[in-house]
Amino acid sequence: MPVYETKSRPAGLSRRKAMMAMSAGVAALAMPRLGRAADDTIRIGFPTPLTGPFAAEARDQVKCAELAVKLVNDKGGIGGRKVELLVRDDKLNAGEAATRTLELIEKDKVHAVVGALSSAVQLAVNEVTRARGVIYVSISQSDTINEVKDFSKFTFHEALNPHMTTAAVARQTLKKGMKVAHLVADYAYGHEMLRGFKRAQASIGAESVGEILHPFGAADYSTFMPRLMSMRPDVLCISNFGRDQANAIKQAVDFGIKQQMKIVVPVILHNQRLAVGADVFEGVVGGANYYWGLETQNKTAAEFNKAFRTANGGAIPTDYGAYGYSGVGSLLQAMQVAGGTDTEKVVAALEGLQYDLTKGPQHYRKCDHQSVQSVLVLESKKKSAMANENDLFAIVANDPGADEMLRSCSELGHAT
Amino acid sequence: MDLSLIIMQLFSGIALAAVLVITALGLTIVFGMLGVVNFAHGALFMIGAYAGLYLASLTGSFWWGLLLAPVLVGAFGMLIEFVLVRRLYGRSIDDPLLLTFGLSYILVEGVRIVFGSDGIPFPTPPQLIGVVDLGVGFFPKYRLFVIALVAVVLLVLWLMLERTRVGLIVRAGARDPQIMRVLGVDIGKVWLAIFGLGVGLAALGGVLAGPMRSVNPEMGTLVLAEAFVVTVIGGLGSIVGAVVAGLMVGICISMVALFAPEMATIVMFALMAAVLLVRPQGLFGLKGRA
Repeated sequence: MPVYETKSRPAGLSRRKAMMAMSAGVAALAMPRLGRAADDTIRIGFPTPLTGPFAAEARDQVKCAELAVKLVNDKGGIGGRKVELLVRDDKLNAGEAATRTLELIEKDKVHAVVGALSSAVQLAVNEVTRARGVIYVSISQSDTINEVKDFSKFTFHEALNPHMTTAAVARQTLKKGMKVAHLVADYAYGHEMLRGFKRAQASIGAESVGEILHPFGAADYSTFMPRLMSMRPDVLCISNFGRDQANAIKQAVDFGIKQQMKIVVPVILHNQRLAVGADVFEGVVGGANYYWGLETQNKTAAEFNKAFRTANGGAIPTDYGAYGYSGVGSLLQAMQVAGGTDTEKVVAALEGLQYDLTKGPQHYRKCDHQSVQSVLVLESKKKSAMANENDLFAIVANDPGADEMLRSCSELGHAT
Repeated sequence: MDLSLIIMQLFSGIALAAVLVITALGLTIVFGMLGVVNFAHGALFMIGAYAGLYLASLTGSFWWGLLLAPVLVGAFGMLIEFVLVRRLYGRSIDDPLLLTFGLSYILVEGVRIVFGSDGIPFPTPPQLIGVVDLGVGFFPKYRLFVIALVAVVLLVLWLMLERTRVGLIVRAGARDPQIMRVLGVDIGKVWLAIFGLGVGLAALGGVLAGPMRSVNPEMGTLVLAEAFVVTVIGGLGSIVGAVVAGLMVGICISMVALFAPEMATIVMFALMAAVLLVRPQGLFGLKGRA
């Protein structure tokens, strides 16, 4: 490493000479990068919030994305070309994500981008990839990029969307005539989930008794509890994400809310359940893209778990981790089909792809590139019912993927 | 709007204020006496929560954690004063500010390395699980306990500052350290103790907040902002100010949550702006200090 040499420079060396040595060092460092861009490695950019409140989820995504790449490389790569994953920290910040993505495309010459966790970051990444004609597979659970305004033929959405999860959860928890209250994070994700729940509610015949919007990232929810209790609902839907979910449920339980009503969330988070414990989450029902316990009833899940355990010292993959695997995995499969990285061919291959990586058959819908997939509904187990420390949830339902689960193409503004 | 709901909301607000007051008090004491704006206060709040949780799991009892964490973290605060902050007395106010700002990053990253960046559950002590019927609604026992404990701590602090010789020295030292030196008081020791007390209060706030929120490395960030708002409203360096402003902010957040929940975070900044317009030195601040 040439840069380190400047540390041991003799005392008599002039500043100018030192500067020259340094710039030579920098140039030498930059060279392999240029060289690398010319070789035939397939490079996948992977922006994800490695620092910040969603760091736990992001790290799981990276582990699984690396696994997907490793499995392909172990089998000789794609048409003899090795695959490389370039992970970047988007810091959960749209500006940062846009800069990193631009760097990935311009400097690192990536062939495609997968990743992003938050809805705003996903939009920023999509903005950059769309303008440069690079394929982007989003694994954020918000689906605004599927709407015609932000969509492009290079845009794919592998994650579940709010409409799918809320509908599946509502089907299991709401009945005709029930009263429902909502506690919602006041930003895109929360609003999308609320919209989904209200639509499902209307079709089931349940009634809304009130909505409370809370500021994103709030630490205290106690001030909302008396009012929620005074609404006397049968079900409380808490639509927020990450630590907000853990804090809101914890404080609702402190106020004795669970004795009065059932708590339901659009997406029940593996890491947040771990963060606040079994007693707090006991009986909470929510949707999920993946749960490792699926392995007893699904062969693909068993294989995915096995591969992950082997690569990670016996640990199990989490919900968000699985997105990293299926997001990168589906893209690599399409590249196999396309026989390389030609963007047009890979887009066509993704559109025609039937893949089964973590939990059963999935495919990208033609009009908006949303992945049609199964939705799990999970209920958090009580401590005494847990067989081991990973036995967090019971699978209440496993709705197989179908086009009818999604909002129609015309509703999203696409030509049909 | 139903009266019982407003009373419930008042209780939520006071419980919220309790943690705010304790945390802001530590910040304001250190500023008032030492002239140090401690930007690591939020991180030390977080360290307090982790220390409380660790000690509770070690001893098997929440109460040992509650007792020992503020003492140990307070001692750690004294070490920070002795090794780092002390060297910057008499220099521009920005220097200790930058020092503690950097320190907060080191503390947060250190906790991430030792305990991981995921949250850890902090169970409510078994004696305080459940709710109490207040006649107007049910309120968590633990939050009532927090209100009571903070009231006791405030009383003890007040007696100490107003009724003891140590308190007299502390108050005099804040006014004019040079005269204190002339009178033969080792003001360095007083400052050491004050810094330790301030940090200990942050840690106490952290332990108390632990069972109400999940414990994670970033939990101090928001708290620091809130504590600053409270000290600014109350007047930098004013102890009474911190208590009154803490209560005002807590109750204000709580009442606004009832009528316009999405404004609950903004309201404290609005309150701060309004107070500063009328009294730039804060409610109880001395002129020329702020």
